[in-house]
This record gives sequence, structure tokens and C-alpha cells, in this order.
Amino acid sequence: MLRAYVVAFLIFLYAPIALLPVFAFNSGTVIAFPLDGFTLDWFAALRTNSELHSALLNSLTVAGTTSVLSVLLGLMAARANIRYTFPGKAAAMGLVMIPLVLPEIIVATSLLVVVVQFFGWSLSLVTVVAAHVLICTPFAIAILNASFQSLDPALEEAAIDLGETRSSTFRLVTLPLIMPGIIAALLICFTISLDEFIIAFFLTGSDTTLPVYIWSLLRFPNQLPVIMALGTILVIVSILILTLAEWNRRRGIARMGGKDSGGFL
Amino acid sequence: MQQETKRGLGLIAPPFFYAVLLMAGPLLAIVVFSFWTQDYLTVDRTPTIANYVEAFGDPIYRAIMGRTLWISGLVTLITVLLAFPVAYFVSFHVDPSRKSLWLFLITIPFWTSYLLRIFLWKVILGYNGVLNSILSYINVPLEAVGNATGILWMQEGLSAPLYSASAVVLTLSHAFAPFAILPIFVALEKIDRSLLEAARDLGETAVTAFIRVTLPLAAPGIVAALLIVFIPTVGDYVTPAQVGGPGGLMIANMIQTQFLGLNNAPMGATLAVIAMLIVTVIALATVWLARRLSGVR
Repeated sequence: MLRAYVVAFLIFLYAPIALLPVFAFNSGTVIAFPLDGFTLDWFAALRTNSELHSALLNSLTVAGTTSVLSVLLGLMAARANIRYTFPGKAAAMGLVMIPLVLPEIIVATSLLVVVVQFFGWSLSLVTVVAAHVLICTPFAIAILNASFQSLDPALEEAAIDLGETRSSTFRLVTLPLIMPGIIAALLICFTISLDEFIIAFFLTGSDTTLPVYIWSLLRFPNQLPVIMALGTILVIVSILILTLAEWNRRRGIARMGGKDSGGFL
Repeated sequence: MQQETKRGLGLIAPPFFYAVLLMAGPLLAIVVFSFWTQDYLTVDRTPTIANYVEAFGDPIYRAIMGRTLWISGLVTLITVLLAFPVAYFVSFHVDPSRKSLWLFLITIPFWTSYLLRIFLWKVILGYNGVLNSILSYINVPLEAVGNATGILWMQEGLSAPLYSASAVVLTLSHAFAPFAILPIFVALEKIDRSLLEAARDLGETAVTAFIRVTLPLAAPGIVAALLIVFIPTVGDYVTPAQVGGPGGLMIANMIQTQFLGLNNAPMGATLAVIAMLIVTVIALATVWLARRLSGVR
């Protein structure tokens, strides 16, 4: 009975996503049942939409920059957390992890106030990246904590005893061992930034990101089938990225002989 | 030793100062800003509590705040109740080698296309939607289901089936399900299975062992799940804006309107600060209550 419930729950979980391709290939212009016929027109329309292309390019730039910066900050924090003891460690780590539980609307409005009201700067993709790094870093830390935790300190000590410097040890021993964690963290941060709407909605200037562009389209019923086609592609890409991230995470744990404790978080 | 401390501090400094500059600083700024006022485009920097007086006095703000807490609370309870059996199943009934595959399956929908997932609920619940199509196919009018279950948007009939608070509750419960499953799963995984065997050997039935051993040991995970669902739902903007209609708008929608629509940014800041304070108080109260309850046992 429990198994039946869980299967029903998974169907509930996947129901909305499963509908995306249904309407993406439906020739009717109204997103409703009954379906009309099969068409590829909506996918073809994506190829000629220049606004969409620039929004996509913006989003890829933002997500790429965000993931690299978040993982750099995440590496420092996770390394400090697992390897060193210093005064105020718990408080500092707590502060860095807070964005994980801060409603995004608060992050968005507080940064908007600072940027526009206190400094009078203009909003751009830079402000979006700055905010995205803030919310992605805790996710990177969570993943990298696990990587550093399963790293045997004896390996680094051995390298130093054998004459490597601290930096060459990090490059030759530590980095290759935690690389799967780094890749997993990069991919997760990329996915979060690519999909993030509310912060981008508040902090983007004239350049829109993909979710902000999709939001603007949702008001126009005649654009909806095209959004369904776009959504279908996005879901497939996200699932591929996540599968790659998960595969990397498991590979990393297997490489260091650790036990898989499950999920990303 | 001294050297090690320095290295640790050097490493934590960049992420720490990043969080101070981009989170702590702005949070302080928004508190300061909430005491200012704005007349059309000019901001008056004289500190005043006028915004707070208005926010607590105006019945519109009070109603929206109340509705936000009611919806978020309901979503939290429903989500955690629905999530517990799933977490229990994965922890106790799935082969250990396949657990991470299950967790992966559960988390995938959470990572993909948030906006479109919400929008698709509109397609499912709306007029000519999936739900209506199925019900009319089997000749059951939606109103009948609504009257039987007491769900308001169903009772109101097909003319306006979607836009209401219960559509928001359903959609948010769906969106935050993985959030609730993961912490409960982690807590269940930590339970030493021999404790359950011992309970059974000492004469507990499966049900009483669950209530007296499993449930109390899972409590930290349940509390974490409650908080991790409640906090972001209070600040959710997209779901109420998409499926809420006028009767389902929440505080984030009001904050957005103040900032980007009405040009009254200080009022938006005030509402954000109030929302943040209420969330903090409720979160701390939950943690305190949970500690009290587990202390009594």
C-alpha cells in the first residue's frame, strides 16, 4: 500500500512536466484538451525568435559566471570548514549558509534597495550575477563539504612529506580527488541560476534573462505553444545536466572509497 | 597551530565578506529604508514609523499578511504530511544501492523550469484543463467534487475554477515536496535499525514501535522539513501571481507591486521587513517548541 502511495506521489510530482511535450507537439493554439494534431511548428518558431536568443545568451552568461564564482567561494568555505579550526567558525559558516533559508523575494528587494536607492547604480546582468552567487554558494558548499569530508588528510600529508609544496599538493592531489564534487557543484549552480526567476525579475535591467522573458510571454496566450516547446527543451537539458552532476558526484564518492549517503543536499 | 588558524581565517574570509556585503549589509539597508517615505519619485530620508503604522493599520495589508501565513502554514502541513510516507518508503523499503536513484527521481522535478511547472498547474486546474476534461469524460461535474470535498474553487463552478487560495495551496505543495522529503529522509536514515528490533522484542507492535521509536527519532527531520517548506513559501511570488487570482495574492505580490508598480518602495521594504520578522519568530518558536517537546519525553 505504501508502494502504491509512493508511485501515486511520483505521478503527482511529474504530472506538470509530463504535460509539456504533450502541448509542445499539439497543433492547436489553445493550451487545453482535446488535442488537435501533431506539429513541429512551435519548435521551428523558436529558431527565428531573436528576443529569445538574446535572453538565452544572457542567461547562459549569467549562469556560467555565477557557477564559477559560487564554486570558488564554495571551495574556500568548504575547505575552511572541514580542514581548519579557527575562532568564530560556526558563526561564519552559519552566516554564509543563511541565503539557503532566506526567501528569495527578501534577497531581491534588499539588493534592489541598496543598488538603486543607496548607490544610485543602474541594474544590469552584473547585479543578477552578484545575487545569484549569493544564493548558489550555499549549495556549492553543501556539495563540496561532502567532497572534502571524504578526502583522506593522510594523502595530502604524504605528498608534503614527499617534498611537494602546499600549492602543488593542492593541485596534484587534492584537486583531482575533489574534481567530481567541483563539477557537480558547477552544474547544480548553473541549473539554479538558469532557472531562477524572482531575483532576476527584480535586478535585471534592460537585458532580460530567459525566465524573465518566459514570464513576459505567459501573458500572451498566442505565445503559449512556443513556450511549451521551449519548456520541453529546457526540461530535457536540465535533466541531462542533473544526470551528469549526479553521475559525477557518485564517481567522486566511489573514487575515494566512501559510502553513498544519497542526494545532493 | 597559529599558522593553521590563519589559513582557516584566510580561506573563510572571501565567502564571509561576500555574504556580509551582499546579504547582511542589504538586509540592514532595507530596514533603514523601511523608515523612509516616498512621494511619487522623490524619497524623503527623514526617519518615520508611518509605513509600519500603515502596514499594521490598513486592513488590506493585514488581510494579505494573514492570508500569506494561513496559506504557507497549510502548505507546510500538507507538504510534510504527504512527504513523510515517501521519505519513510525510500529509507526503510528501498534497497540501499537504489536509494540515491530514488532521491534523484524525487528531486529532478524540483530543479526544472519552476515558472513552467507553476504555469502547467494552471493548465491542469483551469477551464478546459486536464482535470475538467477527465471529469467531464466520466460525467462528474467539478462542482459536485467541490461540494463533496469542500474545496472552494471547485464549488464556485467552471466559470472561475482556478483563481483562489486553494489552487495556490495545491501548486505550492507540489513545488516544495522534495524540500520536505530530503530532511525527513536524512533523519530516518540515521535511526539505528536495531532500536526498532529491540522495541519489537520487548513487545511493541509494528504500529506502537513506529509511534514510540521511529517518529520521535525522526522529529528533527520533520522540524527541518517544516521550516524549509514554510520559510520560502511565505516569500513565494510566482505561484500566487499565476494561479492565485485576486483572492489568492500573498505578501510577495504586494511587495512587488509596491516596488515596481506603485512606486512606493519604502512601503515595499516595510512589508518585506515585517514578513522577515514574522517568519523568524515563527521559525524560532517552532524550534523552541520542538526542543521542549523532545525534552519532556
